[in-house]
Amino acid sequence: MIYREAGQFRTTYASDQAIFPIPQDRWFVVFAAVAAFVIPPLAANEYWLQAVLIPFLIYSLAAIGLNLLTGYAGQLSLGTGGFMAVGAYAAFKLTTALPQLNIVVVFLLSGLIAAGVGLVFGIPSLRIKGFYLAVATLAAQFFLLWLFNKVPWFVNYASSGTITAPNRSVLGVIVTGPNATASVRYVTALALVVVGALVAKNLVRGRVGRSWMAIRDRDIAAEIIGVRPLRTKLLAFGISSFYCGVAGAELVFLYFGSAETLAFDITLSFLVLFMVIIGGLGSILGSFLGAAFIVLVPIFLTNAPQAMGLSLPVALQKQFELMVFGGLIIFFLIVEPHGLARLWQITKEKLRLWPFPH
Amino acid sequence: MTGPDARPLLEVAGVSVRFGALVALNQVSLGICHGEILAIIGPNGAGKTTLLNAISGFYHPYEGRIVFDGKDRTHLKPPDVAALGIARTFQNVALFKGMSVLDNLMTGRLLKMKGSFLLEALYWGPARRQELEHRAFVERIIDFLEIQAIRKTAAGRLPYGLQKRVELGRALAAEPELLLLDEPMAGMNVEEKEDMCRFILDVNGEFGTTIALIEHDMGVVMDISDRVAVLDYGRKIADGAPEQVRKDPAVRDAYLGVSHD
Repeated sequence: MIYREAGQFRTTYASDQAIFPIPQDRWFVVFAAVAAFVIPPLAANEYWLQAVLIPFLIYSLAAIGLNLLTGYAGQLSLGTGGFMAVGAYAAFKLTTALPQLNIVVVFLLSGLIAAGVGLVFGIPSLRIKGFYLAVATLAAQFFLLWLFNKVPWFVNYASSGTITAPNRSVLGVIVTGPNATASVRYVTALALVVVGALVAKNLVRGRVGRSWMAIRDRDIAAEIIGVRPLRTKLLAFGISSFYCGVAGAELVFLYFGSAETLAFDITLSFLVLFMVIIGGLGSILGSFLGAAFIVLVPIFLTNAPQAMGLSLPVALQKQFELMVFGGLIIFFLIVEPHGLARLWQITKEKLRLWPFPH
Repeated sequence: MTGPDARPLLEVAGVSVRFGALVALNQVSLGICHGEILAIIGPNGAGKTTLLNAISGFYHPYEGRIVFDGKDRTHLKPPDVAALGIARTFQNVALFKGMSVLDNLMTGRLLKMKGSFLLEALYWGPARRQELEHRAFVERIIDFLEIQAIRKTAAGRLPYGLQKRVELGRALAAEPELLLLDEPMAGMNVEEKEDMCRFILDVNGEFGTTIALIEHDMGVVMDISDRVAVLDYGRKIADGAPEQVRKDPAVRDAYLGVSHD
């Protein structure tokens, strides 16, 4: 069976509304998901899991969260780091207060707490838009981190001021903490991001997503159709913060192991925003591509000179990395301002016509 | 088509709208009857769009009342007005440009859809069924407006005439009782205008939708409307059958006389 769209007729609305209407696409995605669950834990070494795949999955979840808010609902936010910190600190408080609570439930509850905080900081969005809203969300970023630094209750009065992931197990397997293996943490992060992406896709292709996009594209026309701006924007802030909160909790529990507020500073907010912009605003696939770009390219650049047989001085190598990384970001934004997801779409359209140019 | 009956569906009674010292509408009274096509005409700046904005809830009148279907709704906000069954299009197309034509029309069905957040997140059971039911309804509008080929195209990539048509479709998707069209034919060529006229007449004839439209093309206005109301400097200066309005000396002075003699 050759992959092509011509001749693939969809005879019901149900099949036309499917996420992947083309069977080959559907099978490929199912196959890729299964492979992602099976192959890396068996084949990949500790370095790949810990330094590449786990952060990629966690950042993807955060990028999906921000993409729902910024890409779909059109509300620019720089508070991502703050909302992720809420998730991380909430997970720490919950699991230390209630050690018997399943850690996955803890993650979801932390997401809910982050969603509540996101709702509060989303209220200004009714009155202010665009860059001004971004500045208002910056307040969330700084206020939340200040709060976690100032109030020792959040770190259980630890003198170091850090939160540490304790050993917690699901079904007898240790998932978090110093004794958890990278494979288990990887599978946990993967499961959460797969479910998260599926739910996000379902939301954006239905009633909720359409009202978000309506607000993004033309708020006045949206109102006349019956979209209530405040409710719709707050829902976007809530759900986006839920995703960010879960991702924040994962960042500490599945990746860093322990962290202080510095891990969630403004740099993280920008990093996730870059992922969303480079990957593609308003695209779930783009969130993954953006996260992959931001996580993988620096690692590639670190290893590329040795692989090519060049031996640069360490300091020069570090500068070189930053320069090329910055250059690449600019290059991709110029080539395709709509992100890698759009680039992928265009490639598919071109391949459909290939080898004929018209 | 049963023809318009005399009961007013929407009644605008002595409505004034002010922006600071500027009086955009000055005690305008106007009834829109069940099932009719009412054209609102007048020179630029006469207050036609302001009147539509007041009806759809963007502006709240400084004095006067707006009664829809027997209920006072002078101070409702736009989403509440939409919930009553009033839909509209805009003078400069206000489509959701990043969304496909299909999604634009589906958004028009928003008020007909029930929210069940968890089921929607899973795209399961009632949420899925609801989505498919509304898709089927929207497909009927797509057939009606003859836009089948572009249903998956992003609205922003369409030529202007089609965008206007899609915007009409989005308003129709809400199954409105009253449809307000702000210059549905502005900037169109003759063929596009003819198509649009046909759609407007068909909507009125087949669905019994009451229509109020603002239009500058007098040929179109005289042809398709049951009744014409004329605004000038925020006041209503004439209201009646097209032939009657055409002969009205006040209208000639204000508008037709200058542009057509």
